[in-house]
Parts: sequence; C-alpha cells; structure tokens
Amino acid sequence: MILLAPLGWLGRLTLELLSTFGAVSLFAARAISHIFRPPFYPRELMISLLNIGWLSLPVVGLTAIFTGGALALQIYAGGARFNAEAVVPQIVAIGMVRELGPVLVGLMIAARVTSSIAAEIATMKVTEQIDALVTLSTNPMKYLVAPRVLAALITVPVLVGIGDIIGIAGGYTVAVQNLGFNPAAYLRNTVDFLEMRDVVSSLAKGAAFGGIAAVMGCYYGMDSGRGAQGVGRATKSSVEAAAILILAANFVLTGVFFSL
Amino acid sequence: MILMENVQKSFGDNHVLRGMNLEIPKGTSMVIIGGSGTGKSVGLKCILGLIKPDAGRIMVDGKDASTGDRDAFLARFGMLFQGGALFDSLPVWQNVAFRLLRGSLKRPVEEAREIAIEKLRRVGLKSDVADRLPAELSGGMQKRVGLARAIAAEPEIIFFDEPTTGLDPIMSGVINDLIREIVVEMGATAMTITHDMSSVRAIADNVAMLHDGVIQWTGPVSQMDTSGDPYLEQFITGSAEGPIEAVR
Repeated sequence: MILLAPLGWLGRLTLELLSTFGAVSLFAARAISHIFRPPFYPRELMISLLNIGWLSLPVVGLTAIFTGGALALQIYAGGARFNAEAVVPQIVAIGMVRELGPVLVGLMIAARVTSSIAAEIATMKVTEQIDALVTLSTNPMKYLVAPRVLAALITVPVLVGIGDIIGIAGGYTVAVQNLGFNPAAYLRNTVDFLEMRDVVSSLAKGAAFGGIAAVMGCYYGMDSGRGAQGVGRATKSSVEAAAILILAANFVLTGVFFSL
Repeated sequence: MILMENVQKSFGDNHVLRGMNLEIPKGTSMVIIGGSGTGKSVGLKCILGLIKPDAGRIMVDGKDASTGDRDAFLARFGMLFQGGALFDSLPVWQNVAFRLLRGSLKRPVEEAREIAIEKLRRVGLKSDVADRLPAELSGGMQKRVGLARAIAAEPEIIFFDEPTTGLDPIMSGVINDLIREIVVEMGATAMTITHDMSSVRAIADNVAMLHDGVIQWTGPVSQMDTSGDPYLEQFITGSAEGPIEAVR
C-alpha cells in the first residue's frame, strides 16, 4: 500500500491538471466567442484598453530600456572573447525583437495585469457583485471577461512593439555612449539585420501572451474561493499559471516561426 | 406566484436543501427565517438561477423558472444583496440605473439618471449622493442604494437577502419600513431572508421557517407566536434549549 501511495498521488495530480486544462480551454473558447457576439460593452473595453495598454507603458518601457542596455554590455563583453564586439547592434536587435521583448513584456503584463484582473474579479465574486450582474440581466462573461481579453489581444502586441523599440534604443544608448560605437552605423546595422519575420513573430507572440495573461486573470478570478484567502489564492495562481504558460507558448511559437 | 416543489441542493456531502416546498402568492411578502447555514440564500439563488438545483421544480407564475428567455425572466426581478453588492467602479447613480443603461430596458442616459435620483430620493438619500462612489458611503447608505437599485426598473418580484444585517437598530427600522412601503406601494411579490425578528414582524405577510433543508413551518405572521411549532418557538425566543442544536 505504501508503495502505491505515490502512484495514487501522481494519478490525482494528473487528473487535476487535465481537468484544469480542460476548464481553462473551455473558458478561453467561451471568452473569445463572446468577443464577437452582442451585446458589446464599449465603455468597459475603453477602460480595459487604458488599464492594460496605456498604464502598462511605464513598466514596459523601463523593463525594455534596462534590458536592452544590459544586453549590449553583455554581448560586447562576451564578443570580446573572440573579437566579435562589432555584432552588438545585430544581437541586441535580434535578441530584443525575437525573444526578450515579447517574453519580458509578457511576464510584466502577467505580473501587473493578470494579478489585477484576478484580484478585481475575485473580489467581485466574493462580494456577490458577479451574482448582482446576473440578476441585472448582464452576462459576466460579456461584461467582465470579453472586454479584458479583447483589450489584451489589441494592446499587448503594441506594447511588445514599443518594448522592442525602447530595448533597441537602450542598447544603442549604451553602445554609443559607453562602448564607442558609431551612431549611424549602429542604426544601419540594426535595420539591415532585422527581417520582417522577426517583427511579425514578436507581435504574434505579444498577442498570444496578452491573450494568456487576460484569460488566466479572468479564469482564476471567476473561479475564486471565498474570503480574502480565496482572493489571494486566485491572484497567486493566476500569475503563476500565466507566467508558465507564457514561457511555454514562447517555446512553441519560437519553434513554429524559426524551425520551419 | 412563486412555487418551489421538492427543491434539493447539495454541495459535496453537505445536503443543504433536502426537499424545500414553498408557495409565495402574488403580491404578498414572504419572509424566510432559519439559522445560519440552513440554506435560505441557496433557496433564493435557486429561484434566480444563480445556483442550479439538483432536483425539484421552481415555477414562477406557472412557468418553469429554468426554461424560457433568461433576460426576460430576470427583468422581472429586483434583488437587494446582503452586502449591497454595489459595483465599486461605478458612481452611485450608475449602480442604481445599471439595468436602465444597457440591455432590453435601456433608456437615454439623462432619463436613466433622473430615474436613479428619484429612486435614491425614494429610499431617503439626497441627490448629492448620486455622483459619489459606493466606497464613500456608510453601510446603511449602501443598503439603501442597493434597495434603490433593486426597485429601479420597477420589478414585479423583489428579493431581500438579510436587509438589516450589520445595521444599527434605528437604521434597521428605517430599512424595514422602506421595504414594507415599497412592497405595498409597488404591489410587488417579495421574498426576504433574515434572522432579525423585528424585520420579520415589520415586513412579512407570511413567514416560513427553514431548518434541516426543509420548511418546518409556514403561515401568516399573525400566527407565528402561537404556532406551537417547537423549531419556530425556539427561533423566536432565541433559546439554546430545543430541537435546533445550538452547536452546528
């Protein structure tokens, strides 16, 4: 019996994971279907666009500029080991646009937006505001979930694009100010080296990560348990799940875009 | 008329409703009493479709509550939640006029605001409250805003979930009188859940005592004190001795 206990635990864990995966998939499908079906709530969408997009700009900008600057320093130092310091503009550009831009923006959005959505919706559930919405003939999936998911799908690719540009600008500033690169040559190398596929993959990752971040926040918020502990647990679980799924999706999308 | 027939609901091993039977005639005020955790709110939420019963039937004016146009069904109801359940992000007037700003009952914004202010006045709140956020109001004011929201669209049926919980006796009296006035004035069918016996006497035409998942006693409020039902008597007197276990 003692030997079988770990197998039982493993089985229960697997079933729980599969059950959660199924529930999240159904929730995401319902959320996306409600984006296209009336009634629509433009005011809620505008508020979500502001909260998820505009108000995330400072965090995204600061993350990108410091990452781009650090990347330039690392590549310069690493490249010096085999006389390849000159590749700083190319590697900063490709590193920011293909990987660091979308992933870091995605993770910052998971930290800032997913947590906020989960906490807000979970609090609404605990205080019966979700029930109140239903009694007022308003579908919470349409009023709360669809606008947030749509706003994330629209704004996160834009944030990723802005993050890419700011990250490259951070690398440029460090390279020109500290490492002695020629400004015009740095910019020319960056532009010449980047391909359309790099930019498209970056923005597509942004849309996918935005969708994951919003769906996880909404799912765990709507699924919250009772009381302050329920809200706390929903918030924690939403950020953990969003961060892991963003990293897993990044791996899959990188394979799709660059291994084919 | 609202009719509940053998309604059952369990959450895991916890059998909350074990066959609840209740009839609320049209235009009357029914108050459900019972200890904490006896399933009063669950019964109410089953009628609204917020919780799906495991078994039994719920009829509203002869129609099965679980079928038909859901929006049209819910448009007939108003509900005052225990904690108010006001939307934090919206000012008071938009909370009150929520149903009038969207959906099938949508009105122009100015008209909806006027109705909201009129309903706020009806529950004893001044118009300057309209533009405040719910968090800026006291508990009693939040209850009154919740009450204004419940009656904003002039529903045929109004539910009140613990309308006086957490309020001082004076504010409880104000809320009880308001509920009674509104129900009489609107001719609405009302269902109230409460532990507060002063609320029962102020609001009820009929009373039902829920215990152990079933209605133990029901009848006119005038017969409540002479019912002879041991459960009801213990609840009214608040005695620790009797068929209802004090430790649950």
